[in-house]
Amino acid sequence: MKLKLKIWRQKNQNSKGKFSNYTVEASPEMSFLEMLDVLNQQLIENKEEPVAFEHDCREGICGTCSMVINGQPHGPMGLTTTCQLHMRHYKDGDTIVIEPFRANSFPVIKDLVVDRASFDRIIEAGGFISVNTGQAPDGNTIPIEQDEAKKSFDAAACIGCGACVAACPNSSAMLFTSAKVAHLGYLPQGQVEQGKRVKRMVVQMDKEGFGNCSNTYACEAECPKGISVANIAKMNRAYFSAVVSTDEK
Amino acid sequence: MSWITNFLTSSLGKKLVMSLTGLFLIIFLVVHLAGNLQLLFDDGGEAFNIYAHMMSTDPLISVVAYGLYFFILLHMVQGILIAIQNRGARKVKYAVGNRKSNTFASRNMMLLGLLIFFFLAVHMGDFWYKMKFTNDLDMVTYAGYDAAVRDLYTRVNAAFQEWWIVLIYIIGLIALALHLWHGFQSAFQTLGLNHKKYTPIIQGLGKIYSIVIPIGFAIIPLYYFFVK
Ligand code: HEM
Ligand code: SF4
Ligand code: FES
Repeated sequence: MKLKLKIWRQKNQNSKGKFSNYTVEASPEMSFLEMLDVLNQQLIENKEEPVAFEHDCREGICGTCSMVINGQPHGPMGLTTTCQLHMRHYKDGDTIVIEPFRANSFPVIKDLVVDRASFDRIIEAGGFISVNTGQAPDGNTIPIEQDEAKKSFDAAACIGCGACVAACPNSSAMLFTSAKVAHLGYLPQGQVEQGKRVKRMVVQMDKEGFGNCSNTYACEAECPKGISVANIAKMNRAYFSAVVSTDEK
Repeated sequence: MSWITNFLTSSLGKKLVMSLTGLFLIIFLVVHLAGNLQLLFDDGGEAFNIYAHMMSTDPLISVVAYGLYFFILLHMVQGILIAIQNRGARKVKYAVGNRKSNTFASRNMMLLGLLIFFFLAVHMGDFWYKMKFTNDLDMVTYAGYDAAVRDLYTRVNAAFQEWWIVLIYIIGLIALALHLWHGFQSAFQTLGLNHKKYTPIIQGLGKIYSIVIPIGFAIIPLYYFFVK
């Protein structure tokens, strides 16, 4: 199938980008990234600069393959990362507009690649457990209710891709931050530091310049891992109680 | 900064203020509607005028009323500031928008709020201001009630004979319905109340509220314009 691509090209963080048009010959079994590989091969053969895009695992677990495809982060399929999106969902002659994730806190480095270090700094602010909690046998000595373990695991499925920020009309990072807070907060090992953790992570999230949550739930709709906005409510509860129960200002 | 200012200027603190002031306004609207439905009585305005007199003279109600003005202003100013900040968090916009993953109301809370505010300015300028700060309204007395009261009823009746006033009310109430269609359940989520047991109930109540209350208010101008 022949596709028309309209791709955002930007030399570096400081330059002004623009859309460029390309045509590419793809086949239905290709993944979206393989289709871009074909395009890049074509560009290299024509001695043009290939399109920079991020990818690593190509199996939906690393969260790097960020791009907005026809207005949707990771494209039109629910619960699917770009690398897991296949060209069989497109038809011959389609035009596909590909843009980088857009948010002040995710500056474009080049073409479709954005800098998501703001997420790393939110994790550094509190998204960890300070002591070594041991190996699996140590974990198994602490009884944990099956449904609590499941909620923690569901939140832990967040791959830090940033699609929630990209989808949110306010560029809010609440779904990501709340997934990390809930992941640790549901487990006894994580509960010890929960108050300080949630406060510090929210402070960092605000400092990074993400917008405020309006509960539009676009994040949940676009999240490739199905992270629930119930985690945001849990984080709000934890935050309000931490404000009046921790000694930190 | 103290922990209180830190909290109130944090993203979640700001949202808590929106949620609590919004919920206060939601409760107020029920009381306000219950009082106003007395305008539908066929008693020449007696019940309504006596009620309006009590509402504007009772000291306890005055305290609540000043709280209400403050909360509306706080909700409005905070809402506008939040919306401006949110818009600024994405300097370079998308070329292709995404309308699928959220609702019109949730994306346009500030616009809907401003429409409500425009309506409120007309509404309060016409009734509240005239009642409290001018002598435009005639005094009337009713048997069995010792004080003379202002005849707000006649002013309401006159206002609702004007098609453009009725139209402003209808537009304001549609904006209110949409604002609450998103806002009602949003306020609970902001408070941290989300659970599969009760969230569907809150969402259902929110939909009922955001339709029934604005319709209840709309009946009054429509009744005066078309029937009276
Ligand atoms: C006076 C004009 C008004 C303006 C400018 C306004 C503005 C806003 C804005 C911008 C938001 C979104 C905040 C956010 O999600 O970040 C909001 C939320 C809300 N508004 Fe209003 N509003 C107004 C009047 C009202 C009225 C009259 C009511 C109730 C009867 C109301 C109830 C709510 C509720 C319940 C929310 C949800 C709070 C939350 O998400 O936690 N608003 N308003
Ligand atoms: S919450 Fe979902 S969309 Fe957001 S970073 Fe995690 S996996 Fe990606
Ligand atoms: S490349 Fe790893 S999730 Fe897509």
